Amino acid sequence: MIMLQAWIEIACILAITVVAACAIAPWLAAIFRVGAKDTGDAPTGLLQRCLAAIERPLLQAAGSWPVREMTAGEYGAAILVFHAAGFGLLLGILRLQAVLPWNPAGVPAVPWLIALNTAASFTTNTNWQSYAGETTLSPLSQTLGLTVQNFVSAASGLCVLAVLTRGLVRRTSGTIGNFWQDLVRSTLGLLLPLAILLAAALASQGVVQTFATSREVALIDTTGSPAGSAETTRRILTGPVASQVAIKQLGTNGGGYFNANSAHPFENPTPLTNLLEIAAMLLIPLASCLAFGRWVGDRRQGRALLAAMALLFLPFLLIIVHVETRPNPLLQADELLQSVDQGASTDHEGGSLEGKEVRFGAAASALFAVGTTATSCGAVNAMHDSFSPLGGLVAMWMIQLGEVVFGGVGTGLAGLIAYTLVAVFVAGLMVGRSPEYLGKKIEAREMKMGMIVLLVPPITTLIGTAAACVLRGEAAAAPNPGPHGFSELLYAFSSAANNNGSAFGGLTATSPFWTLSLAAAMLVSRMLTMLPLVAIGGSLAAKRTVAESPGTLPTHTPLFVLLVAGTVILVGALSFVPALALGPLAEALQPLPALIQKGTP
Amino acid sequence: MSQPTPGGILSDSSAIVRAAGDAFVKLDPRRMILSPVMFTIEVGALLISGLALARVAGQPGTEHPAFIAAVAAGLWATVLFANFAEAMAEGRGRAQADALRRTRSDTLAKRLAAPRREAKVEPTPSTQLRAGDHVLIEAGDIVPGDGEVIDGVASVDESAITGESAPVIRESGGDRNTVTGGTRLLSDWLVVRITANPGESFLDKMISMVEGAKRQKTPNEIALDILLAGLTLVFLVVTATLLPFSMQAVAATGRGEPLGLAVLAALFVCLAPTTIGGLLPAIGIAGIDRMVRANVLATSGRAVEAAGDVDVLLLDKTGTITLGNRQAATFLPAAGVSEEDLADAAQLSSLADETPEGRSIVVLAKNRYGIRGREIESLDATFVPFTAQTRMSGVDFDGRQIRKGARDTIIKHVESIGGQVPAEVHRICDTVARAGATPLVVTDGATVLGVVELKDVVKGGIAERFKELRAMGIRTVMITGDNPLTAAAIAAEAGVDDFLAEATPEAKLAMIRRYQQEGHLVAMTGDGTNDAPALAQADVAVAMNSGTQAAKEAGNMVDLDSNPTKLLEIVAVGKQLLMTRGSLTTFSLANDVSKYFAIVPAAFGSIYPQLKALDIMRLHSPTTAVLAAVAFNALVIVGLVPMALKGVQYRPLPAAVLLQRNLLVWGLGGLLLPFPCIKLLDMLLAACGVT
Repeated sequence: MIMLQAWIEIACILAITVVAACAIAPWLAAIFRVGAKDTGDAPTGLLQRCLAAIERPLLQAAGSWPVREMTAGEYGAAILVFHAAGFGLLLGILRLQAVLPWNPAGVPAVPWLIALNTAASFTTNTNWQSYAGETTLSPLSQTLGLTVQNFVSAASGLCVLAVLTRGLVRRTSGTIGNFWQDLVRSTLGLLLPLAILLAAALASQGVVQTFATSREVALIDTTGSPAGSAETTRRILTGPVASQVAIKQLGTNGGGYFNANSAHPFENPTPLTNLLEIAAMLLIPLASCLAFGRWVGDRRQGRALLAAMALLFLPFLLIIVHVETRPNPLLQADELLQSVDQGASTDHEGGSLEGKEVRFGAAASALFAVGTTATSCGAVNAMHDSFSPLGGLVAMWMIQLGEVVFGGVGTGLAGLIAYTLVAVFVAGLMVGRSPEYLGKKIEAREMKMGMIVLLVPPITTLIGTAAACVLRGEAAAAPNPGPHGFSELLYAFSSAANNNGSAFGGLTATSPFWTLSLAAAMLVSRMLTMLPLVAIGGSLAAKRTVAESPGTLPTHTPLFVLLVAGTVILVGALSFVPALALGPLAEALQPLPALIQKGTP
Repeated sequence: MSQPTPGGILSDSSAIVRAAGDAFVKLDPRRMILSPVMFTIEVGALLISGLALARVAGQPGTEHPAFIAAVAAGLWATVLFANFAEAMAEGRGRAQADALRRTRSDTLAKRLAAPRREAKVEPTPSTQLRAGDHVLIEAGDIVPGDGEVIDGVASVDESAITGESAPVIRESGGDRNTVTGGTRLLSDWLVVRITANPGESFLDKMISMVEGAKRQKTPNEIALDILLAGLTLVFLVVTATLLPFSMQAVAATGRGEPLGLAVLAALFVCLAPTTIGGLLPAIGIAGIDRMVRANVLATSGRAVEAAGDVDVLLLDKTGTITLGNRQAATFLPAAGVSEEDLADAAQLSSLADETPEGRSIVVLAKNRYGIRGREIESLDATFVPFTAQTRMSGVDFDGRQIRKGARDTIIKHVESIGGQVPAEVHRICDTVARAGATPLVVTDGATVLGVVELKDVVKGGIAERFKELRAMGIRTVMITGDNPLTAAAIAAEAGVDDFLAEATPEAKLAMIRRYQQEGHLVAMTGDGTNDAPALAQADVAVAMNSGTQAAKEAGNMVDLDSNPTKLLEIVAVGKQLLMTRGSLTTFSLANDVSKYFAIVPAAFGSIYPQLKALDIMRLHSPTTAVLAAVAFNALVIVGLVPMALKGVQYRPLPAAVLLQRNLLVWGLGGLLLPFPCIKLLDMLLAACGVT
């Protein structure tokens, strides 16, 4: 009965997300002008006119007016320049926060290593946090530093998707849009309005939003105070939280205001905010698929890619919810701990609750976990470290699949399209044609760039983890022995190299090795996926479009959906099965008595 | 050209022995590096062999020297089997090249000082002839090189190139003015301007193509190579990082041993896409070879691939869709004339008429009315042949003047001798023309006897073939010089998708451009000089060997049989080549899953015994598990050599159906097949006493 409720809850959350995605898909589709300059540039709808009105003064101020179409090389250079500037700006703010205004608690400058790691993390949409936000950063750093990057890093993801789509849509075109225009449009036209709406909704539910950074409150119950102290008040940290949480979820960023992220009652106070936060991180990746269908003029194409994502997402969701709502077998097997109440009651829904918030319950926590790792969000409302081995495996593998199952804003779908190109390449050959996708021939250049997109994240993950293993002292940053400790190392590099940003937990990643190697992994992965995707867009745009016929491989059928999903799974499995065998798999298959004897869950 | 026996591909033992020898020669790293996948395996094989030697020499290590040696042997076998596949494919081409080369035997050419027959002759070896030289060729001479006839008419035996024994006429001017080196003059003489330098002739190109000597990677092969190299790289990282991973696990648990290099190398060779990487060159060579067997010479492997992509075929009506020329179908007599009388007269007028139409009238008269052929001499008749002036043919005998010809001509003829063509005959002619046939009016003096309906006869089975093509998404377009009415009727009967009537070279070119603008890839055949622009524009252009030099140069394939229907076969060969590549790639990747199930539990079992739960094949021991996987990986290459050479089964089906079928066979098959095979090899190894 309780399980049924949990499933209904999950189904409702997903249904609401899908409906919301359907609603914003036309909006998203209208943000970017995808076709060539000469086809329908005139602002038609209300939205188009609004966008034109907003972007004009900004682009004029930036000296980019009138808008000039860029080649793929120029577009890529603009992305690099923009990211370098964002990195520099954020680094400056973090280092100078002690002397900058709005630092009521007087926090000192962020140490160099942490500042470098954080700057890399937030400019790359990863939001790996090797600091505790509420004690390390001033509100200025949080808002002007991090929140700004939350917006623009997500927006640049959408820009890459726009470029790739233009590549597929345009015919023999040398240009693929203008980065500055795309950036302004996706930030101000889509992310900002959505974030304002979501922030208001979250604030209405108790997510704090205030310029005050703390408040002194009277203790209701003083019995817990240290003996002898006459402590009657506590200082509770607050700040402009709702505004940051909204974009952290919407932009698949994941960097929380507080260290506890979405498990903190001020970031995620109620089941309703939990629902909103789950829906928010899935929203734009889902809507992108539908918008893609509109852009390429065949909505079936968008739905097929969405179906491929869903096909990869739903089985993993079933597994993780199933294993997390089960009672913890370790507690059941131990004589002394058998009495622990793991069943459902009026107080909680039961299941394996270690590391989970009771106000969300095991099922909604599992849904949040698979959602945050499937998308490249990385916000957490429970400690993935405490999940059962299989639950942790699911979360980890969702990241390792390359963040293409929904994935990051823009980059997730773009990455899946790169997988699709590879799938089309092999499948296209099997029907006796040189391969093509949406009328564009897939040739050496697309293959080269596509393989870089597919392979840089797994290679970075594996090499990083191997380096940590070789440096014994660094591997010791994971406090757990055996396979679980290895999982912690593997998860950290998977998270950084796929720009997810969630942490398995447990790991103390503040040493020079960890901060710098993770920063390098984040930067390398982000740039070596975005830039090749732009290159693919440029090279596809320059091609002529091949006419469709019954001899053309159909790319909207269930069989094709299966093929794309299969390709993602195959690449993910072949790259990570041995590593996963040494981590979560070995842990999951461990015989229970051995575990209990050692006392190390 | 002599055709190698088409029997079993691996049945020729001398070819196998030679290919086996070549497999070792190809181990040269400078050749191996061309195939990045196999090159990395060769490096691995060297490394592990070195390790085995070091262990035998007494170096310490955890793995048993015999095991290391066995893995090294597995790696070498993988490389050698891949080389063997390539050598087999090349061997088949080489047999054909040798046959061609025999025809190229040096001849002493009669080089002329000036392009005239009377000019001074200097005997020059054919290998020293340069483009622009003039030579005299007389009856019995071998044509010393490719060239263009500038004077003379001669019959030439081209069987050395085409396999067709009937001699062909070569003459200056017009569309039959080219000669090919290696052919033989049977009669008369020719003055020829040589058009190819030594080593660049048609025959040379053909030899180097079939030998694969100058084979360049096609764009699709390059793209596939990138895919395979990328996968190889990631698998290299996957296996290499397992060493530190296992070291960390050993340190953390205090159990077992870190993975040895031999196990890592074994895992790598199993994961790397060696099946497709090893067979890729063989598939490409075999594709060109299949083209050559179809008597088509492609100028590049790229052209063969493009043939698979073609989705519009421009087909000449005559010879491709219809049987040669028009044939008499019915006799339609005028009022008051019996059908037999008409048939009799028509037959008389055609007895000495050697045109295909004339002969078909005789045949029809005989079949329909039993009117036997009569000797024109015995009738004391005079045959009046068709001339450009009269545009009629017929016979004069017994005071009768029987004539047959086109309607306009006959009207003029009848009116000139005071007769009148009856309105009814006009009506019959109109009906015949509307149906797409040609009316031939027969008169006896001023009396119009009736009309012979000449029809194009559509080849049997061609409509079904077009239907198959349509299912595959290939449009067929009929090109004809006929008027639109006639063209439409034949198009409907043959079931083509579109037709171009009253086709001029300009109209053809415009049509190709239009289709290409719409994103289609167009194939066509042509032979005349005026076809050259269209041939150059088309994506796949097949020139007839009987055609002009200009046509051959504009095209990217030459059909030695000069058979326009060949285009359909060419498309099939191109598609089959791509399908073979795709299917074996899918198979190779799907194979990997099973190898994890064999090697991962074997490799990590000593550290985490619980991982033995993944050993779903219940293999004998870690050693046999690893060796069985490596052995399967090597043997599957040999097992698939016939498939690479023959190509996967090709059926003209829509893409969606083909994908489903091939995914099932090669994808699912590739996933499942290794499980029983590895289990079997494991049992075999265990039975041999390997522990």
